[in-house]
Amino acid sequence: MTSGCACQAAEEKDIPYAQLDEVIARYKGEAAVIITILQDVQELLGYIPKQSIAYLAEKLHVSPAKIYGIVTFYAQFRLAPIGKYNLMVCEGTACHVNGAKALTRAISEELNIAGGETTGDGLFTMERVACVGCCSLAPVVVVDGEAHANMTPARVRQLIGQLREKEQHSQGVQAAKEVQ
Amino acid sequence: MQEKTVVKVGLSTCGIAAGGRKTYAALEKEIAKHGLDVELRQTGCIGMCYIEPLVEVHLPAGETFYYGAVTEEKAALIVEEHLLKNEPQDGLLISREKENVFSKQVRVALRNCGDIDPESIADYRRKGGYEALRKALREMSPEKVIEQLLASGLRGRGGAGFLTGLKWRFTRAAKGQPKYLVCNADEGDPGAFMDRSIIEGDPHAVLEGMLLAAYAIGASAGYVYVRAEYPLAIMRLEKAIQAALQAGYLGENILGTEFSFIVKIKKGAGAFVCGEETALLASLEGERGMPRLKPPFPAEQGLWKKPTCINNVETFANVPWIILNGGDKFKAYGTEMSSGTKVFALAGKIIRGGLIEVPMGITLREIVYEVGGGIPAGKKFKGIQLGGPSGGCVPESLLDTPVDYESIVKTGAIVGSGGMIVMDETTCMVDIARFFLNFAQNESCGKCAHCRIGTKRMLEILVRITEGKAAPEELDLLQELALEVKEGSLCGLGQTAPNPVLTTLKYFREEYETHLRERKCPAKVCRELLAYTIDAAACIGCGLCSRRCPTAAISGEKKEAHTISQELCVRCGNCFDACKFNAVLVD
Repeated sequence: MTSGCACQAAEEKDIPYAQLDEVIARYKGEAAVIITILQDVQELLGYIPKQSIAYLAEKLHVSPAKIYGIVTFYAQFRLAPIGKYNLMVCEGTACHVNGAKALTRAISEELNIAGGETTGDGLFTMERVACVGCCSLAPVVVVDGEAHANMTPARVRQLIGQLREKEQHSQGVQAAKEVQ
Repeated sequence: MQEKTVVKVGLSTCGIAAGGRKTYAALEKEIAKHGLDVELRQTGCIGMCYIEPLVEVHLPAGETFYYGAVTEEKAALIVEEHLLKNEPQDGLLISREKENVFSKQVRVALRNCGDIDPESIADYRRKGGYEALRKALREMSPEKVIEQLLASGLRGRGGAGFLTGLKWRFTRAAKGQPKYLVCNADEGDPGAFMDRSIIEGDPHAVLEGMLLAAYAIGASAGYVYVRAEYPLAIMRLEKAIQAALQAGYLGENILGTEFSFIVKIKKGAGAFVCGEETALLASLEGERGMPRLKPPFPAEQGLWKKPTCINNVETFANVPWIILNGGDKFKAYGTEMSSGTKVFALAGKIIRGGLIEVPMGITLREIVYEVGGGIPAGKKFKGIQLGGPSGGCVPESLLDTPVDYESIVKTGAIVGSGGMIVMDETTCMVDIARFFLNFAQNESCGKCAHCRIGTKRMLEILVRITEGKAAPEELDLLQELALEVKEGSLCGLGQTAPNPVLTTLKYFREEYETHLRERKCPAKVCRELLAYTIDAAACIGCGLCSRRCPTAAISGEKKEAHTISQELCVRCGNCFDACKFNAVLVD
C-alpha cells in the first residue's frame, strides 16, 4: 500500500494543471481510464499529489473518494514524492530465502530509514517490493531500473557509498560551473 | 540453411540484469572492429538464468556453441578466437551443461524462447509463426478449433487448471454481444516469472494464441492485463501488436476473411488479488480490484457484464502449436488427466535456477536433481514450495510425487502457475510460512472478514512463534484459524492463503515445536531466538566485529579474545558477517 508522509506533497501552485489536462485528453472517449490516467500522472510527477486528485475527480466527473480509493488500493501509486535514487529491495520468495532481510536491515542502518521512507536530503528512498522476477539472481536490489544481482549487506553499503559519491561529484561539477 | 554465422545474446530481464546489454555492445564493437560478416541477434530467455549472459554462436555449417557467463572481456575473446580464428573457447563453453539442463525438457510453450528475436515478426514467421492462424481461418470452423483444444486436454496454466477448450465452448455458447477475450499476464506470485519470460521471448506466440481463441469464441476485442513491473515485456508486446497490425494479422478482415480482432494492453497497478479473474475484470473496468461472486462466471457475465474468456499467457502460447500439430500430439505428452508440458520457474537454493518446460508427470526429484542440478554448497534438501503463496511446501519424503494437477493437490500444495522454490537446511519453515502469510495478508483486498482479519491473527501467531513469545497451545489455534479462513473466503486468495501454513504444519511440525518449546530456530533464521557468542580460541582480537556492532555489545582488549554481552546484543548478525576467522558462533 502507499505510505509516506502526505505533508511533503506539493503546494497547489506546483501542480501543472495544463499537463494534467493533456493526460486526460489522451483518453477522451475511452471507458475505464482512471487507473491509466493515474499511471500517466505518476510518470509525469513522480507521485500523485493530493491536490491533483480533486482536480482529476472534477474533470472525470467522479468523486475524489473514488480516485483516492483507487490510489490507495494499488501498490504502484504513491501519495508522496520519492528520493532521487529508489532502492527497490526485492522481497520475493527466492530473494527471501537467499537473505533479502539482511539487505533491508543494512539499508535501514546505513540511511536510517524504513521501507517506504525517504532520507531527509531527498536522495534515497527504500522500497520493499514483492518479486521483480529475477529470481535466479537472488537476492536483488533494483536502482534506476538496473538490477544488482547476488547482493550482500556489504555490497549494498558499497552501492549506497558509490551513489553518494556520484552525487557529491555532480554537485561539485555544478558548483564549479556556477563559479565559472 | 543460413548463409552467415549468427551470434545470439539472451536479452530478457534476467540476461540484462546479469549484464547482457554490455556483452551485446562488446560483441557489436568487436565484430565491427574486425569487419566480420556476422549477424548479431538479441533473443529472449533460453531458461538458463543462473549462467547469464548467454551467447550462442551458430555456424553456417549447422554447428552451435553455447557460452555462459559472458562478460565484456570474454565477448572480445569469443570474437577474436572463435569467430576470427575458428577456435572455440573450450573453457568457456557450456554446451554439455546445456544438454544436461535440456535432456528432460520438452519445449512447446517455450518453443521459440531464446531462439528467435522477439522484436522481429519475420523471425517468428520463419519458425512457422501465424501458420496456425492461417490454417484455422482457411480450413477450420470455430467449433473445430475448440474440438482440437478439447482433444489436447490443455488445462489453464494460470493455476486453476480448468480445461481451456471447455472454457472456450462456454464463452462461445453464452448469449450476449460483444464478447471479450482477456489475457491474464498479472503474474503476481513472488518467485514466478514464466509469463514474463514468454512475453519477453516470444510475444507473437501469445498474440497468435489470442487470435485463435478470439476466432473460436467469437470475440472481436481483447485485452492483455500485464503487470506494470514488467516494462520490457510491455515494450515487446507493444512492438508485436504494431507489427501484427501492419502485417494484417490483427485488425479488420484478418487474412482477407470476415474475422476482425483488436488487442489493447492494460497495465496492472500492483495488486496480487487482480490475478483472480473477477478481480482482474473489476480492475480492467477501472475499479478497485475486488473479486466478485461466482456464478455468474465470466464466460456468461464478464467484462462490462458481457461474455468474457480469460486465459493465462502460457495457455495462449501453447495454442498455435496445438492447432498446427493437432491436439493428439499435445495429449501424447504428460499424464491422462494432466496432458502436455508445463513451464516452471525454478529458483531458491538450487544450482541451475531458471525457466524450464517439462512434460507433466515428471517427478519433483527429477526436476530438482536432474534438471536443476541439486542443492548448492553441499547443503541438504529440505522442501520445495509449489504454487507460491497459494501453494504449499513439499518435503523430501514426497520428492517422488509426479507433477500433475491431482497428485500435487494430494500433498496439500498446488501446481499453481508454476513457481518452484527450493529450500535447504538453512531455510526455516516457520519463517517461510510467516513470509507467505505476510504476503497474502498485505494483498488481501479486505472484502471478506475471514481473509482480512483471519490472516492477520494467523500472522500475529506466527510472528510470536518466530520471536519465541508464543504459548504451545497457539499451534492448535493457528490450525483452526487456517481452516476457517479457507472456508470463509470468497476468492482464491483467501481460500488458499493458509496453504503454506497448513503444509508446513503437516510436514515440518517438529520445527514449530522446537521454536515453541526450546525457543530455538534450528535453521538459525529467526533472529530473536539466536544467541551470538565468540569462540575465545579462534578469536585473534582484531576488533572488526566490535567496530561493526551497532549497540557496542562487544568488548575486549586488542589482540585478545572478545566477548558479547547478551543483554546488549540485538542479534543483527553484523559480527558474524564481519569475522574473518569464524570465531563468532550462532546458536
